[in-house]
Amino acid sequence: MPQTFHEIEKKIIRLLQRMPESTPVRLSQDAGLTADQARRGIEWLRLKDLVSVEESSTVFVSLGKNGILALEDGLPERRLLDAIKSGKRTLAALKRTLGSDFGPAVGPARKNGWVSISGANMTVTHYPQPTPEESLIGRIGRGRVEMDDIEDMAAYESLKMRPDYVVHHTVTSQKIRLADGAGDIDLSMTGIDVTAPAPPVFAARRHPLKEVIREIREIFVTLGFSEISGRLCQSCFWNFDALFTPQDHPARRMHDTFYIDMPGAKRVATGRQMRNVSRSHRDGWRYSWSPSEAKRLVLRTHTTCVTIRHLADNITDEARIFSLGRVFRNEKVSSRHLVEFNQVEGVVTGQNTTLRDLMGIQKEFYRRIGITRVKFWPTFFPYTEPSLQTMVYNERLDKWVELFGMGIFRPEVTGPLGITRPVLAWGGGIERIAMLKYGIDDVRQFYSNDVGWLRGALPCR
Amino acid sequence: MPVVDVDLSRLQGMLGRTSRKRILEALPFLGLDIESESGNNIRVEYSPNRPDYSTDYGIALGLEGLLEIHTGSVSITASDSGYRMAVDRSVSKTRPTIMAACALGRRLDDRMIRQLVAMQEDLHFGLGRGRKKSSIGIHDLDRISFPILYTTIPRSYRFVPLGGTEPATVRQILSDTEQGRSYGHLLARTGRVPAILDSTKKLISLPPIINSDATSVAAGARNLLVEVTGLDASDVAGALSVMSTILQRAGFTIHPVRIPGSKNPVFADRKMSLDPKLPGTVLGLDLTPSDIVACLGRARITASAGRASIRCLVPSYRFDILGPMDLVEEVALGYGIGRMTPKLSPPRTVGNAGSMTATADAVDATMIGLGYAEALNSCLSGIDVLYNNINKSPGKIISVLDSKSREHVVLRDSLIPGLLDCFSRNIHHAYPQRLYETGTVFGPADPIDEHAHFAAMSAHPDACFSEIKSVLQEVCKTALGLDIRTVPADHLPYEPGACADILAGNRMLGKIGQADPAILRGLRIRVPVAGFEIMLD
Repeated sequence: MPQTFHEIEKKIIRLLQRMPESTPVRLSQDAGLTADQARRGIEWLRLKDLVSVEESSTVFVSLGKNGILALEDGLPERRLLDAIKSGKRTLAALKRTLGSDFGPAVGPARKNGWVSISGANMTVTHYPQPTPEESLIGRIGRGRVEMDDIEDMAAYESLKMRPDYVVHHTVTSQKIRLADGAGDIDLSMTGIDVTAPAPPVFAARRHPLKEVIREIREIFVTLGFSEISGRLCQSCFWNFDALFTPQDHPARRMHDTFYIDMPGAKRVATGRQMRNVSRSHRDGWRYSWSPSEAKRLVLRTHTTCVTIRHLADNITDEARIFSLGRVFRNEKVSSRHLVEFNQVEGVVTGQNTTLRDLMGIQKEFYRRIGITRVKFWPTFFPYTEPSLQTMVYNERLDKWVELFGMGIFRPEVTGPLGITRPVLAWGGGIERIAMLKYGIDDVRQFYSNDVGWLRGALPCR
Repeated sequence: MPVVDVDLSRLQGMLGRTSRKRILEALPFLGLDIESESGNNIRVEYSPNRPDYSTDYGIALGLEGLLEIHTGSVSITASDSGYRMAVDRSVSKTRPTIMAACALGRRLDDRMIRQLVAMQEDLHFGLGRGRKKSSIGIHDLDRISFPILYTTIPRSYRFVPLGGTEPATVRQILSDTEQGRSYGHLLARTGRVPAILDSTKKLISLPPIINSDATSVAAGARNLLVEVTGLDASDVAGALSVMSTILQRAGFTIHPVRIPGSKNPVFADRKMSLDPKLPGTVLGLDLTPSDIVACLGRARITASAGRASIRCLVPSYRFDILGPMDLVEEVALGYGIGRMTPKLSPPRTVGNAGSMTATADAVDATMIGLGYAEALNSCLSGIDVLYNNINKSPGKIISVLDSKSREHVVLRDSLIPGLLDCFSRNIHHAYPQRLYETGTVFGPADPIDEHAHFAAMSAHPDACFSEIKSVLQEVCKTALGLDIRTVPADHLPYEPGACADILAGNRMLGKIGQADPAILRGLRIRVPVAGFEIMLD
């Protein structure tokens, strides 16, 4: 196959065709390339199996700071002997002369039997010829020697034991050769290397979570549901009271719910709705219901407040509606929990509204988003009865995952609002579905706005 | 949802010859999620309205029904063994109701104590509404002499509280113990507080705060007194029934403590009737009255089919059953949710997306065509991101109470600060970076203003006012059908002199500008940024 080469590659090949072995430094000098160009050219050719790169490394030894001092002034033990010979015999005088080297000097001098101590005096018992360490220091000098050239390894090891006497460093070198059969490469081809990788560009796109939201919205619409929207700031009345959640219920505590730091709303519902809900709480939960508590403002904890209000204000015999949007929980943010996330909820009222129909709608919904293994388990929700949850099987996680919940609104919810037909509701968090779709294990990813992720995230196939 | 650890072999022992596989397969269909499974131990999540499931005895009662080992109601066989209690009228102002029962004849072990305490806490939290509506005391019966007296005592009364070593006054207990501080507010501000004394005038309980140390229960105890006090007879009876049902299943015999002169129908099954057509209509199943009776039996409710209705006997511990729909759910559980097949009926309605969807879609399409990627930020943001980072002083803000995170305290009044925050967190990525966002912003009013906004920002070495104005006029024209003009104005976070109001006709749409370089420096953004924000609705 004819090949096209970059100018850099051509220069390197030409040189190697004349000289069977070279180094990156020589190649860049001889070909007039910068070091970086030479490095890149060699790498390209190596990836094409046209050159071989043999890496070898050499260890060099040179003197450290203390080694240089010893080269100039002698090893501490030699300086000790010389000091004694020059007449300084008392330990005090020797300590003054050698300073901090006194200790390191006495150690080897005594060990080798060169000095003896009697009382406060030290005398020389043997004055040795240059020691192997001294010879090695002299040999290394101010330059460096290859580790492999050192013959007296015992002396080297001994110097290595002393702090900062010798240092070693490794120098890596490359030998570049043309690969077999590359000697007669034809460099006459011109043109560009069409096989070379191109730099990446990024298409602008919708947020991955919004893609999932759009998909879910479309499925709801094609299943005959109409979208309703409602406020994110709601009164407790619609978020809790209308759903038969008693005012002293733990779910209403500030611990779980964001209460807005503002006076309660003046008007939250019709007088009749307020009266009926008040009565159902009094009869069902046996406490005195407080209208001012019902008027407090919260960030909605679910979209059900929107659907129930719509049903209460638009009494109908037959409807399929859905509500989609942000909901809020006062939780610690973690890989599994956000304070703000998206929920979708559909409600069905009218004919063919049995629990099995609701299961059928759900199964069809999951089928359309690509989830085929679905099962239903009983569960508990405060405002539906019966209540079920769906479990879906996820292959990547190799387990069943809890997704949407569903149920039929309790008569204590619908009755006071004048809704006579059974209302079937189903829904849940959208981020959970998006996590499955995008293979994400940390839900915070969706709101991190990491540009790299926004540019590259792809749904699982 | 609360969780309970269950020892599988123990559960198996309670159920007789039942394989683990059958147990594990049946649990979810009682409404019990198996959260984790390791060897013999399983961790099970149960619903807060079923505190009986916080013990393996309660789970065994449920499984016996579902697996058809025993069906029908679990009633308490309570025999009067002469335990008596007097109630002083003074309690009527503080905590008027008390019911109690003795449980005899089974040796308590540590595991059982742990389960009883866990169930007690569940009942305190849920049914008891944090001990307000009902609270439970469990005592060693052998340390109590009958009859007992429910009365009130002064706050100067001294006794040794549970877990204490020294006598303390009620006042000290309320201020110095954890229980006193947590629940003291439940005692009316009257001088005297409710207490249960035994016949020797020894205090055994200071409801709903703490028991006396003198009657504390330890492993090895054989006989128990369970007392429940509260505001309302049905909540008190519910809690005592759950405790008694579980103790009976654990092998104790139950003996009510009677109040002479008052009826004490704590453990009476409730009679409820169910329209035989209702379960089939709601569930979408073809059920005969005898099918329904069998399903209810498996859900541990004894029922019989009458001519026009199904008569049900709901055991007293099932306080969660309020009306016919709750019975329908029991029918579904007894039928087996796993046996119910989904049914897809064609819709009789035509679906529609919300009114904002078309606008948002048009904005998406245009912005993507212009090379802008979509970002998403929280509506509930922080003071730093919304104000401090762009040198803006917070005006009338809408904040939430007691947020657990500083980053989620204020409802945003603009999208731009969130986008700037995105840029500041992405300075390591290649430029140009171009982002847009559509979302809700808020303004203080009654009701609170909520508007859909749309903002876009461009960050790269050549970003400038005219680039972003080109984008603005294009998206307004193609997506919104608006011709816009810009007139000079100063707004943060834009640079004075490079900032404008956006108008369509005479209507104010939003703001546009080049970000102030000082603000960008503060955010460590080293390239110019230009952006705009407009109202969508």
